[in-house]
Amino acid sequence: MGGYILKRLVSAVPVLLGISLIVFVIMAMIPGDPATAILGSYATPENVERLNRYLGLDRPLWQQYLTWLGNLLQGDLGRSFALNRPVLDEVLERFSATLILAGTAFVLCALAGIVAGVVSAARQYGLADKAITFAVILGISVPSFFLGMMLILLFAVQLRWFPVSGMYAVWGGGGPGDLLHHLAMPALALSLVATGVIARLTRGAMLEVLRQDFIRTARAKGVPERRVIWGHALRVAMVSVIPVLGIQAGFVLSGAVYVEMVFQWPGVGRMLVEAILKRDILLVQGGVVFIAACYVAFNIAVDVAQGLLDPRIRT
Amino acid sequence: MAFSSLTRRGFAALTAALLATSLPVAAETPPGVLVVGQIAEPQSLDPHAVTAVNDFRILMNVYDGLVRYAPGTLEVEPALATGWEISEDGRTYTFTLREAVRFHDGSRFDADAVVFNFERMLKEDHPYHHTGPFPLSFFFGAVQSVEAVDAGTVRFTLNEPYAPFLSNLAYPTGLIVSPAAVMQHGADYGRNPSGTGPFRLAEWKANESVVVTRNEDYWDGTAATEAVVFRPISDANTRVAEMLSGGIDLMVEVPPVALSQFAAPAFRIVEQAGPHVWFLILNAKEGPFADKRVRQAANYAINKEALVNDVLEGTATVAAGPTPPAFSWAYDDGLKPYPHDPDRARALIAEAGAEGAELTFYVTEGGSGMLDPVAMGTAIQADLAAVGFDVKIETYEWNTFLGQVNPGLEGKADMAEMAWMTNDPDTLPFLALRTEAWPDKGGFNSGYYSNPQVDALLEAARASTDQAERARLYREMQAIVQDDAPWVFVANWKQNAVASDRVEGFTLEPSFFLLLKSVVKN
Repeated sequence: MGGYILKRLVSAVPVLLGISLIVFVIMAMIPGDPATAILGSYATPENVERLNRYLGLDRPLWQQYLTWLGNLLQGDLGRSFALNRPVLDEVLERFSATLILAGTAFVLCALAGIVAGVVSAARQYGLADKAITFAVILGISVPSFFLGMMLILLFAVQLRWFPVSGMYAVWGGGGPGDLLHHLAMPALALSLVATGVIARLTRGAMLEVLRQDFIRTARAKGVPERRVIWGHALRVAMVSVIPVLGIQAGFVLSGAVYVEMVFQWPGVGRMLVEAILKRDILLVQGGVVFIAACYVAFNIAVDVAQGLLDPRIRT
Repeated sequence: MAFSSLTRRGFAALTAALLATSLPVAAETPPGVLVVGQIAEPQSLDPHAVTAVNDFRILMNVYDGLVRYAPGTLEVEPALATGWEISEDGRTYTFTLREAVRFHDGSRFDADAVVFNFERMLKEDHPYHHTGPFPLSFFFGAVQSVEAVDAGTVRFTLNEPYAPFLSNLAYPTGLIVSPAAVMQHGADYGRNPSGTGPFRLAEWKANESVVVTRNEDYWDGTAATEAVVFRPISDANTRVAEMLSGGIDLMVEVPPVALSQFAAPAFRIVEQAGPHVWFLILNAKEGPFADKRVRQAANYAINKEALVNDVLEGTATVAAGPTPPAFSWAYDDGLKPYPHDPDRARALIAEAGAEGAELTFYVTEGGSGMLDPVAMGTAIQADLAAVGFDVKIETYEWNTFLGQVNPGLEGKADMAEMAWMTNDPDTLPFLALRTEAWPDKGGFNSGYYSNPQVDALLEAARASTDQAERARLYREMQAIVQDDAPWVFVANWKQNAVASDRVEGFTLEPSFFLLLKSVVKN
């Protein structure tokens, strides 16, 4: 097993190298450079050249890439031009903010989606089913950034129950209560589409299971309806719901960028958008490679878990 | 029924949870603490390392320069220097420094500190030159040497007479940082700043807020608020929502379309014209605009009144020439803008034989000072179509756009949008209208305008240290440039801000800086 894990880890190296190289080449190819972005109106060729020399951007591309790679191996992702701080500090802070948002949204959509789906299936064509189906279709159809703006207008500007944006109150803020208060609206906005998808799928899966013989048997034995649904049926239906949860987790994580923009959540998606606009090469590279490394690590973990369950995969 | 009772309980629990989280009802900002909605996270609080107006807004409250702009003007007055003398030949500036001023870190402000500041920026072998980069250090490119005559006197020697030197010292790049703090923090100085200003940095939470608190020992009277919190809110709609909900007390750069939402007694809209000009660069080297009559025709054809009133909702005024009126001492107020006169334009075009010409027009999606470039570009396209031009728009993202325009329009385009904000009437024409400023010579004259008379006037104005003489030269230059029409002069932006009714004593400065020392927050 140890050999298998080692093999998977070694095979991840070319993947990460390839990603870093692609990002590097793209950033080098798009028009505009960091010096122009920093200097703005004052970007005379002379000033640009002076600044590029200072930033080390006047060297050949392969040399810049190798320097960056060498530093990376020592755990140094360089310094962001636009934020004037180490890339790693920024990426870690931003990534944890995104995880808090996306994690909460994921828990919300998984719970709400499954409950809505089960209730819907148990009352097929009943009033609850129709109401839930209507809400679900509405939820799937409304883009998260639009929903976010509507939430802000109603709950922050009109009712003033929740703050408009940010992660903590700027004065006397901090603590989990303050965080939840700021998290509620963005997490809701981010989770709604996924809730709809999960609810639809759970409903379908449950309807299929509920028609099966063992359910009839359970009912015939006099098992309470509640246990039939939530115990017997849901357990079987979950087999087809769980893979969808995995897909939706990725969807929530990547969809976070829109919600981060609307609610000014200090997450990694917003960071990358802003870094690209400012041509902040090192921040873009560091951010993308970090996220890629997380995905690769997640995939390895999944493969290893499957390997543990099924020895045929360990080759 | 089992399910309905479960869902009912679920709903009750959900409602309770919502109520519980909403108990600390979105707090009003506390008295004595001013919360300012900024447009982005600051890059650094090292004034020598930054270029963005967004960062200047904080810096001007944390630092002082040797000189500053007198309130409400763009004229220089003493600050950390109590006075100065300029030598006959305009090459030596001797400043007398204010005594007993200390930086926030407790170290003393003196002539050695001033020398350290400028040498760090300008000398590549200075031990702290690596704490940069210093992108705007060319503002002081004329400085040959800085020396401390004694603790209270500092002398700058320039390699040639350079009249904008004083107003460059009033710019954020001229603010004075604490040498002791630079030595202590090195490359991280930008996050651990120490100046002499009315506020000192208390806390910087990345991507959330920059908090500055009152400097109780300020040499020019203590500030009226206890603290100012700068919040980066890059999305304009969210910034407006924060202002409406009371989450911030003051916001800058209100989108024109949102202004009407603040027409309530709870808010006050503040406007101030500044040294900004929005124009179209015309390619005077080739194509139809090589003919002066066609360039003038474009100035007549475009309805600037409609642009500033309808597209920009009155947040700008019509520009008459290359120099913004905010430079009142150098502005020729006899200059009248080209009127909107399509018939006159058609006649000029016919005279030049350029009817129905096809034009390529570079438009940007956004960018510093560009206002609403896509909508403005579209309106301009329609105005030019009305006089018979076939205008093809090419739109680029800002950095890409600069990469297209700055190297020159030759062989690519006939016209391009552009906007500048400067601190001295010298800057823009010197960098963008002289023959010596053509792109191949390292300037911004992307339309290849050339008039030896304008060149001579601008060189003379830069060398003169007499403000009245400089003013006369700039006025003469403006009249010639307006007639030559190397640009279509479109708009001068009025910077705006919205303050809540709990904010008192807030004004905007023509310099576009945000000075908060005398602002009261109730």
